[in-house]
Amino acid sequence: MAAGPHGLKRPVTGRESKPTNAGAGYRGPMDVLDRYEPLVDDVGAFRAACERPLPSVVRVNTIKTTVERARAALAAEDVEFEAAAWHPGLLRLAEAQPGTNWPYVHGWLHGQEEVSAVPATVLDPAPGERVWDACAAPGSKTTQLAALMEDTGRLVATDSNLGRISALRSNAERLGVTNVAVTHEDARNHSLKPFAGAGYDRALVDVPCSCEGTIRKNPDALEEWTYEHVRGIAGVQKGILRRALQVTREGGTVVYSTCTFAPEENEAVLDHALAEEPCELLDVDLPLESVPGVTAWTDEARGVDRTFDSSVQKARRIYPQHNDTGGFFLAKFEVIG
Amino acid sequence: MAETNDSHRFDRLPATAADRTVAERPTRAEVLAFFADRFGIPSAVFADHSFWERGAGKIWALAGEEPDPVEVEGLGMTVLRTRREHWKPTLEAAQRFGDAATANVLHLGRPEARAFLAGHDQELAWDGDWGYLLVRHDLAGAPATLGVGLYLHGELRSQVPKGRQRDLGE
Repeated sequence: MAAGPHGLKRPVTGRESKPTNAGAGYRGPMDVLDRYEPLVDDVGAFRAACERPLPSVVRVNTIKTTVERARAALAAEDVEFEAAAWHPGLLRLAEAQPGTNWPYVHGWLHGQEEVSAVPATVLDPAPGERVWDACAAPGSKTTQLAALMEDTGRLVATDSNLGRISALRSNAERLGVTNVAVTHEDARNHSLKPFAGAGYDRALVDVPCSCEGTIRKNPDALEEWTYEHVRGIAGVQKGILRRALQVTREGGTVVYSTCTFAPEENEAVLDHALAEEPCELLDVDLPLESVPGVTAWTDEARGVDRTFDSSVQKARRIYPQHNDTGGFFLAKFEVIG
Repeated sequence: MAETNDSHRFDRLPATAADRTVAERPTRAEVLAFFADRFGIPSAVFADHSFWERGAGKIWALAGEEPDPVEVEGLGMTVLRTRREHWKPTLEAAQRFGDAATANVLHLGRPEARAFLAGHDQELAWDGDWGYLLVRHDLAGAPATLGVGLYLHGELRSQVPKGRQRDLGE
């Protein structure tokens, strides 16, 4: 589609045609998706995609094997798969048990949702660089970054939750990652002290969010949704993105990503960073179908009526119906000072 | 350099015994010698890795270097348990670096590899040294190192950690 979905009034179509769960009033978690219908072109396709389960996908871990060898190992075990058109190392499995085969046991494969492999690809770190993964656990994107860096340079992986750090470390070790240093801290206050003050060439800011985009993987994702949480988490997201922009060198790259549709957690966070830090947004050339970020957002019921810096259109929104994946949001910054 | 072992901090291994300031801390030279002498893994395999200790005897391999010491939650991967009579490589080290090994490698057929992965001990003939062995099998047309076993008294004892054990069935 050519332009961003700027029609912000609630469309008449869609509201009546969608299935109702429990009559009048709040109809359960899927009701949360109502507020995003003004942003999407094809509401019917959006709602239908959100209700379909996701295919099981594994990423080939090139630290320990090659795409060819991993594919051969799966084929030898009669595990049926189909490679994603945009990424030869992302394999959609016919049956949803990625952990029960020999190549998985050897750390050649890692279960990872297809769309979650996009941000590391866009950050595109090179071997030998210094990279920060600000919200790293449980490590799918961290280990993908390590593989793109050919397990060289330094990858600093931060998380605020010790239990999740345990999962991160386990995944990193299973996949044979040796270039990672794991830190336990609030990413908003990320300290460079353990590394003698060295900053980064690139940073991935894949923040905690309200996760509507994971509804296909986790149908309970919206059970706990509240607007207060959206507002609260948006404050955290702004703090983490600003810290990433501060610790990345001039000319360096920062990728911001979420799995939410909420503009409060997406374009509004970009808008804040553009105003507060020396940075600019870059065009993103995605191999998947997507639409631009939105420059305005209204949620009348909650008194929201915002416009954003026009450059947030360079960000990309991936809706579930676009590529038969989860939902995703992604933006790429260059640090300019 | 720190004079004691600190369980919350990574300290780089001294290059040689002459550089050692913490009693019983293994040296880089000793770690390289262990992998070379026991398994025939050339020291060049670790040329781009530094070795660190956190917690008594737990050795981590890190790609590249960092200023010593480092106070973080993880630094590279755990590769080796030292400060005991018989040093023991981790399953992760076996999988990541073990394909370069030429000695004390036990090559299993598929049924035996399955039992090993499931954590079972099994009686097997082996005319080499007793102790910790690297366990391999064929995968996708070439040998691939699967983990670490302990061979004693005609028996291969699986050392696959509980969390990594799998029953892949028949």
